[in-house]
Amino acid sequence: MTTPLNRRAFIQALGGGLAVLVSLRPRALAAQDRRRVSPEDLNAYLHVGADGRVAVFTGKIEMGQGVMTSQAQMVAEELGVALASIDMVMGDTDRCPYDAGTWGSLTTRMFGPALRAAAAEARATLTAMASQALGVPTEKLVLADGTFSVAGEPGRTITMGSLAQGRKLTRVVGEAAVLRKAADFKVMGRSPLRLDGREKVTGAATFTGDLRLPDMAYARILRPPAHGAKLKSLDASAAERMAGVKVLRDGDLVAVLAADPEACAQALDALKAAWTPQTRSEDPETIFDHLRRGAPPAPGAAPGVGAPARKVSSTFTKGYVAHAPMEPHTALADVKGRKATVWASTQTPFGTRERVARALGMEAKDVRVLTPYVGGGFGGKSADLQAVEASRLSRLAGRPVMLAWTRAEEFFYDAFDPAAVVAIEAGLDGKGRIVAWESHIYAAGGRGSEIFYDVPGARVLTHGGIFEGRDNATPLHPFAVGPWRAPGANMNVFARESQMDLLAQAAGLDPLAFRLAHLKEGRMKRVLQAAAEAFGWKPRKAGRRPGRGWGIACGEDAGTVVATMAEVEVDRATGKVTPLRIVCAQEMGLVVNPTGARMQIEGCLMQGLGYALMEELRFKGGEILDRNFDTYPLPRFSHLPKLECVIVENPGLAPQGGGEPAIITVGAVLANAVADACGARMYRLPMTPARVKAALAAPAPPRKKGKA
Amino acid sequence: MGGPIRFRVNGKAVELQADGGRALLWALRGDLGLTGTKLGCGEGYCGSCTVLVDGKAARACQTELRAVAGKEVTTIEGLAQGSTLHPLQQAFLEEGGFQCGFCTPGMVMNALALLKEHPHPTRAQIVAAMDDNLCRCGAHPRIVAAIEAAGRKS
Repeated sequence: MTTPLNRRAFIQALGGGLAVLVSLRPRALAAQDRRRVSPEDLNAYLHVGADGRVAVFTGKIEMGQGVMTSQAQMVAEELGVALASIDMVMGDTDRCPYDAGTWGSLTTRMFGPALRAAAAEARATLTAMASQALGVPTEKLVLADGTFSVAGEPGRTITMGSLAQGRKLTRVVGEAAVLRKAADFKVMGRSPLRLDGREKVTGAATFTGDLRLPDMAYARILRPPAHGAKLKSLDASAAERMAGVKVLRDGDLVAVLAADPEACAQALDALKAAWTPQTRSEDPETIFDHLRRGAPPAPGAAPGVGAPARKVSSTFTKGYVAHAPMEPHTALADVKGRKATVWASTQTPFGTRERVARALGMEAKDVRVLTPYVGGGFGGKSADLQAVEASRLSRLAGRPVMLAWTRAEEFFYDAFDPAAVVAIEAGLDGKGRIVAWESHIYAAGGRGSEIFYDVPGARVLTHGGIFEGRDNATPLHPFAVGPWRAPGANMNVFARESQMDLLAQAAGLDPLAFRLAHLKEGRMKRVLQAAAEAFGWKPRKAGRRPGRGWGIACGEDAGTVVATMAEVEVDRATGKVTPLRIVCAQEMGLVVNPTGARMQIEGCLMQGLGYALMEELRFKGGEILDRNFDTYPLPRFSHLPKLECVIVENPGLAPQGGGEPAIITVGAVLANAVADACGARMYRLPMTPARVKAALAAPAPPRKKGKA
Repeated sequence: MGGPIRFRVNGKAVELQADGGRALLWALRGDLGLTGTKLGCGEGYCGSCTVLVDGKAARACQTELRAVAGKEVTTIEGLAQGSTLHPLQQAFLEEGGFQCGFCTPGMVMNALALLKEHPHPTRAQIVAAMDDNLCRCGAHPRIVAAIEAAGRKS
């Protein structure tokens, strides 16, 4: 717990011009945690300077999701200035209001309202000032690109910058500001070129590893061969004899420092270490029984589904999946006396600040974390061990230390998406309606598991949370697990939507008609119909070419509803699954930046091919066997199917999340398409060629004939 | 320390006092301060460090300095003319061929090598040429669109 700055001190620090601060409403507050350092009740602020530039301060970070641009659009819209006049200040703990982290598709739906309110208040204040300065009532003012003019007298103008000049004005508002109507939008609802685009296509964009400080040293850390192995002995003499190399040791932390990364690597190779053996023995095959045995019982009764006319029981599994951002974890730390400055590739600058402060025995206010562009996160840059390590080394060395994890370290210390098991039992009546449903979830948590279909008394029982047993003395998982883009939902949607297809098959019904029959009127039904129309869905085998199949999956995440349809080809000889076409319909309320939203959907679909078809960590107890992309596959250009995104309009609903929803449907939609193509029902992700081949060879239950 | 090793980077002559076995990547990022070329995997599997050596795509993390002696190295910093973007960069910008931007320099440089060989590449040629450059954000469809757009304009 840290002491927040009081509001007065915070406002004092802002300097001249017009500053607008937004206090949190309870809902947004609940989405944060309480370990804030900036004033406890402030969420966002912006500042209009005398030069007319508008600085927007946000604790969110830009990791590719495009929020630098969409947040600027919201401010430009509500304030009435050109997008180009906005400067985004992101993830700097000394200058930005507290933020719990950039995750959960929360930026636009939780933080957006605060930003828009701040900008709307700034506009109202400046409008009143302009009215006074120009001597006309506010109704006669026209505002465009930061300049007020008098209606019918284009020569009488005053700019926002000149209104702010020489003033020191502060406004604190709630989120209940009068916002512009969607019909009047000039900047929101459009897709300007991204603000980070030019820097990113020229190589000028600064990532943490691109920073240089005078006297900076590079570091490499001695790593165990497996999680759980302890250092038994160390001979550092050869490394210590190397010119320009310094060996540092602080308890378990052993590192080499040099002026150059290659010299570091050579010094690290020269360390002779012996380790105790690791104690874990799970592997990718035994892990599922281990998780079921180790999970706590679910709260609530589990009577099963009784004796319906038709019962379908299934068990679904999925292995561990890596985040594998292209930028490995990197931090540059400069610890001098009682102050620490840390630049880090992180999704949680304020959390990093706390962790660094704790590790160094400092107060959080003496630690400043800055966040340059982050080269992908997907949930994986939420723990930031590298920032703590760099800070400890900087203190030991008395100079700035750059620590960039190698790809092998990135795999070793990843907090993987956990392996998980979902067992579902469901029953049909004689007319093909689902009359009972009971899900048991192990290590995937509850996200994405909701039975939004019309099934009376459906039960979802979670045996512990998604990260259950993570902090046990003997952790449930043999290595770290953590949030991975829509944590748990990929698994839960795979299980639920596969089960829906199995039930449709048992009922002898088309999977689209079966789903529609179990959906009440509403957002999900509309989105599913939109997907079907765009895809050209036809029931049963109509329209499929030999070897090809179609699939459906629906999902709900971060306030957004999504329906995806896919066409795949299955090579029966090799078991290889080739996705040919994916149509994804998504309704996410008001869309701030349509192209940005589509890019997130495309990214979700493309990334989703990985966990669906190829990605599964290989490990032996605490030993991580995959250490680079030679053995751990990522989706590539040759996997790219035809992608079509359909955004279903609903501008009356506030903006909902867009960074995660589409990915949750990918495993299920492909599994259902594979079954349609070749009859092989895949109960385990990823659907590797070997597994598809094995499923094809296994005797399949006879398909029940039914009406189309 | 060996050297000197002489080569050209983005049209300028450079001379480095360095071991011939030093990776071109660290010479660029360290000695020459050209940090646009990224380290993604360090073993040549991801393509984030792709540069051109005499017009051909090369992985800077797997290229020894001695191998570029006397040659012309082009990095992402060498494409724009002042404030005017190279047409391929402009296409990446307009088509949105990036998300986090970390793989982007390598993508652009690899695509540039493709366009030098095939100024109007087919989709199949683009996929084949780009397949060993990894992107985790899933910007693939727009990267392909950007290369197609640049191909149409060249």
